[in-house]
Amino acid sequence: MCGIAGLFSKSLDVSGHLGGHLGAMLLQLSDRGPDSAGVAIYRHPAPSGSSKVSLFSPNPEQDWEAVRHELADTFGAGDPERRASHAVIVVETDADVAQAWLREHHPELRVMSAGQAIEIYKEAGSPRDFIEAFALDEMQGSHALGHTRMATESAVTTEHSHPFSTGLDLCLVHNGSLSNHNDLRRWLRREGIQFETDNDSEVAAGYLTHRLREGATLEQALEGCLEDLDGFYTFAVGTAEGFAVLRDPIACKPAVMAETDDWVAMASEYRAIAVLPGAEDATTWEPEPGRVYSWERAPV
Amino acid sequence: MTPLRELNAALHGPEPEQHWCVLNPRGAHALAAGIDAAIEVEIDGHAGYYCAGMNKLATVRVHGNAGVGLAENIMSGRVVVDGSASQSAGATGHGGLVVIRGDASARAGISMKGVDIVVQGSVGHMSAFMAQKGRLVVLGDAGEALGDSIYEARLYVRGQVAGLGADCVEKEMRDEHRAELAELLDEAEVDADASDFRRYGSARKLYNFHVDNAGAY
Repeated sequence: MCGIAGLFSKSLDVSGHLGGHLGAMLLQLSDRGPDSAGVAIYRHPAPSGSSKVSLFSPNPEQDWEAVRHELADTFGAGDPERRASHAVIVVETDADVAQAWLREHHPELRVMSAGQAIEIYKEAGSPRDFIEAFALDEMQGSHALGHTRMATESAVTTEHSHPFSTGLDLCLVHNGSLSNHNDLRRWLRREGIQFETDNDSEVAAGYLTHRLREGATLEQALEGCLEDLDGFYTFAVGTAEGFAVLRDPIACKPAVMAETDDWVAMASEYRAIAVLPGAEDATTWEPEPGRVYSWERAPV
Repeated sequence: MTPLRELNAALHGPEPEQHWCVLNPRGAHALAAGIDAAIEVEIDGHAGYYCAGMNKLATVRVHGNAGVGLAENIMSGRVVVDGSASQSAGATGHGGLVVIRGDASARAGISMKGVDIVVQGSVGHMSAFMAQKGRLVVLGDAGEALGDSIYEARLYVRGQVAGLGADCVEKEMRDEHRAELAELLDEAEVDADASDFRRYGSARKLYNFHVDNAGAY
């Protein structure tokens, strides 16, 4: 069991309190996933020509200034924005270049996400502690996904937590379990996809990355999951413009969606939506199995 | 906010009040579950999982939607939802009546054992899976694999059926069926003509129905 949540803002007021709203949703989903929590939040896009990386260090004494200096000397870089074990740095180069450089020069750091707007924070431990340690309440943004984890297929560590980055500005949260992830991982490795853990959801993320690299649209990539993934899943996928939701064809895992003039939300259970402003008057429905639902804003 | 356990403990008390209102349910789970008294409970908003589960004698009304497992294993009484219900509504119910004014999603009436379920909207896939007894009435459409491995339950559908499950077949709608359906619609306060429905039930061809297999014991 796990809990997933997504929130897409349609108003300045909701954007201004996006992190707080998402935190309230995750708190309601703590029973479904008490062992780890994580969020992907889309906000403050890096200027064109620059990109943004979210970095995690297991070392509490991590010298982020030193990393920034090296990045600044190599490409140019802004001040690191620190949050608990993570730091977000805007680098004056392409996300791919920054990511490759960091992997080579700082293998002790983990690149949680890279892109223009995405930031990923995740950690083993209770959702309540996570929300507090990462000061979710003060975060603004256009849309966000969150996850509370109850591990079934792999270890309880920060690396195994969700969201998983699935490419630049892309991420995945998953409630469920996949049966054919070992086979898929072998195949995807041959196709050039890198995996950092033995987690089944990371394989789903890698699968989407692969399909997207091959030129599929997000909707086509998700529809491919219906054919190629064996297992139970409700997925929420974040993109720079919005998010998409897909349930497995026999609806093994729950999902509820709701929409008002101010927001669109998805969650594993309605009680996570009930905490949003105006939820009682929202249009609320259960997404059909095997059907892709997506929300996007026009790129600015 | 009254803690959920306090509410349910009060509903389970030796001589509970006759009429209850639950305000701001906010999707809480197990609301009004396990009642064994002829009382009335109104839930004003959306309910979470297992609302009115195991109900006996009581009337529980949800003025909103209900989550997974509405009225699961209901024994008697009446559960009415103004909105829609999630998966496994009325699952394993032994008796009583469950009325859903909106849609019910997958697995409505799974393993039902005598409950009557009336859905004014549509039901999702695998509804009435292994249904043993009782009646499932659907005014809208039914999803894939309706009535898979069904025993003696009766299914009445007014709209389209996406597909029938193993051993489920359409059956003739005779006067006795129209009469029982009209009575049930009336009881559920649903305005519909019984002659607009089709009836589905067991073809009795699976293993358990085969006399040749009786020798296994």
